[in-house]
Amino acid sequence: MLSRVANSLYWMSRYLERAENVARFVDVNTHLMLDLALPVDQTQWLPLISASDDEDDFKARYEHADEKSVVRFLTFDDKNPNSILSCINRARENARTIREVIPVDVWERINELYHLTQAHSRKRSVGALESYYNEVRRSGNHFAGMLINAMSRDESWHFARMGQLLERADKTARLLDVKYFLLLPKGEAIDSPYDNVQWGAVLKSVNALEMYRQEYHAINYRDVTQFLLFSKRFPRSVHFSIDYASSALSNICSGMPANKALSDMYALNQRFLRTDATKILTSGLHEFIDDLQLSLNQADQSIYETFFMR
Amino acid sequence: MSLETYQTDGFFDELFAQCGTPHPSAAPLIAEINALGRGDLKRRQRLAEDILYQSGNTFNVYGDKKGTEKILPFDIIPRLISSEDWGRLEKGITQRLHALNLFIQDIYNDQKILKDKVIPAEMIFSSACYLKPCEGLSPPKGIWTHISGTDFVRDADGEFYVLEDNLRCPSGISYVLENRAVLKRLFPQGFQTLKVRPVSNYGDHLYQTLKFIAPQGKDNPNIVVLTPGIYNSAYFEHAYLAQQMGVPLCQGSDLLVSDDKVFMRTTNGLKQVDVIYRRIDDEFIDPEIFREDSLLGVPGIMRCYRKGTVALANAPGTGIADDKAVYAYVPKIIKYYLGEDAISPNVPTYICEDEKERNYVLDNLDKLVVKAVNLSGGYGMLIGPKSTKAERQEFARRIKAKPRDYIAQPTLSLSRAPTLTSGGIEGRHVDFRPYSLYGQDIFTLPGGLTRVALKKGSLIVNSSQGGGSKDTWVLSDTEESHRYAGERPHA
Repeated sequence: MLSRVANSLYWMSRYLERAENVARFVDVNTHLMLDLALPVDQTQWLPLISASDDEDDFKARYEHADEKSVVRFLTFDDKNPNSILSCINRARENARTIREVIPVDVWERINELYHLTQAHSRKRSVGALESYYNEVRRSGNHFAGMLINAMSRDESWHFARMGQLLERADKTARLLDVKYFLLLPKGEAIDSPYDNVQWGAVLKSVNALEMYRQEYHAINYRDVTQFLLFSKRFPRSVHFSIDYASSALSNICSGMPANKALSDMYALNQRFLRTDATKILTSGLHEFIDDLQLSLNQADQSIYETFFMR
Repeated sequence: MSLETYQTDGFFDELFAQCGTPHPSAAPLIAEINALGRGDLKRRQRLAEDILYQSGNTFNVYGDKKGTEKILPFDIIPRLISSEDWGRLEKGITQRLHALNLFIQDIYNDQKILKDKVIPAEMIFSSACYLKPCEGLSPPKGIWTHISGTDFVRDADGEFYVLEDNLRCPSGISYVLENRAVLKRLFPQGFQTLKVRPVSNYGDHLYQTLKFIAPQGKDNPNIVVLTPGIYNSAYFEHAYLAQQMGVPLCQGSDLLVSDDKVFMRTTNGLKQVDVIYRRIDDEFIDPEIFREDSLLGVPGIMRCYRKGTVALANAPGTGIADDKAVYAYVPKIIKYYLGEDAISPNVPTYICEDEKERNYVLDNLDKLVVKAVNLSGGYGMLIGPKSTKAERQEFARRIKAKPRDYIAQPTLSLSRAPTLTSGGIEGRHVDFRPYSLYGQDIFTLPGGLTRVALKKGSLIVNSSQGGGSKDTWVLSDTEESHRYAGERPHA
């Protein structure tokens, strides 16, 4: 298929997945803050921004990191390239350039989400956003469902799927990181009942609570980390996402000579076979995630060079 | 919503024979509209607009930073065309396209029609649409205008006159298909009773047309649509047509020429392209031959075309037959190549280059419509009866300065069709553009774009100047056409 079209499919999926995940981030943080029952002036919103490496950009334009400013930055700030609004705009621009290859319903759903976002962003208050975030998350599921049910398993599908999965791997890892940042000042609270409530909120934000309970029954941070990073069965776990992205890539490359994207993805996958949550929690979760993100970026760059660059 | 008080105001009306009396073929539709409750038609109109808006067939409102988008205004009341009228239109179009293709072929090769002095040679060579690089060109199967859309208007006598031939890949077909999809949901009964002929198979016909011109020996040709990109106002249509045919939609930067062949850049290297339905104007298609500053086209593509390694639809150079001064000669062109009289009449046209005709035009500017020969979209136009003295003086000056650039026509009393307005249902002026494909044979899609001047009294139907569109229902009420089952409405 056309390189440009493959590129747009990949990014359309990535941006939609990203928008959905930002909505999940905000949601999980809101719940964490409620559970912690902190006074308003001690609530922690900055970690949401630190986790996506956007702290400099944020501080350049906002004075305080409170709920209002962080939510605005992450949701409707069109100068923040990772805000939900920016992601949806870019997903739509990509979809617009490839309307001929995606099912009509997919385009119409993206378009609807775009108009909804535009309408919300024009409102002055950022209150009453819960229903909007729900809509973004619902759209994510709707979008994924339409791809699964309406797209032939050809190259288009594999590129769209690969974009979605690599983004998901990155964001599930960052979600763990958000929790990690929040825990920093009170490391002694690890494994307290309080802490477990918070881990429950993290699981809930990725619809993982029920699946987790079936496997581990009770919540503790080691098992949650194991589940979200290493589960080979849960579709939002980092390893699952990377594993399936690798297989999408192998499908794309069938009959082609070996390339850098394949070897990078292979190395990424291998990394998960050599370690587990216990080892990582000893050597540092944040360091592991940092390192993982570098490798994900590297794989993304190789995919660009192998298929999209002209 | 009642149409009993609808006024035709002395104009030829597309649905009413006279006030209160519909044309027999339109009676079931009028009955259906009359039966709708108060406000129901308006509700359906809004629903139609919502559907079109959600489909994303929108353009950006110029100068609006908030990114407001609008749809092409759409009127819910369809325009009908009887099977008799359609039969004549179809024959008229086929005859014109046949003759115009022979004409273009002749003009860029033997120029017999000029040697026989049927058309003054200066008329051709002075046209901005005459492309010297096309001299000596013979496109595959002798077809130049694969895709066209003839503009018709209807005068007070009810006769359809050809206004323009539009042989340079005209746009608008996507509105025909989209409007139909919407109306099928909103007027299902009307569809069933009237046996409206289907339009939804346009994509198949287009694909067959393009496949027909593929270079020899290509059984499964790689066909693509070439677009200037997403900022083009017709981008939606380009994507839509590629989607309807299941072929790649390319931009100039997706294609390159190597070894006198055209290739597209894919995820797995280069792949040869055999047929290009290009929606880029002639001047921009190849910076090596035409405009050097064009970033939209593909350098070297004309070389490949000449060598026959790639087919282009439409062929470059067809604009010569779109020149409004050349248009005046079409009846003579038909007679010259086919030995027949024109089935669809032209609007009488005065050529300002001719001294006698120019003087007549200058003396009668308040009665005539003056048009620039190489502009479309309602630009460069003077509508005499609606003009101010200053505007007439300005046009007189322009005509005297460059007579070759202008023609004039009598002001027609354009037909009207009932249209939903803020003041209820009122008559608005309309035109009609059916779309044709020239491949193995000439096919005209039974339907088309009815453009409507939404402003009260306005004669300008162009979307850039307050025009909208209507769905057009071509009816099949003869025994023979019953074989078309009619398009089934969605449940």
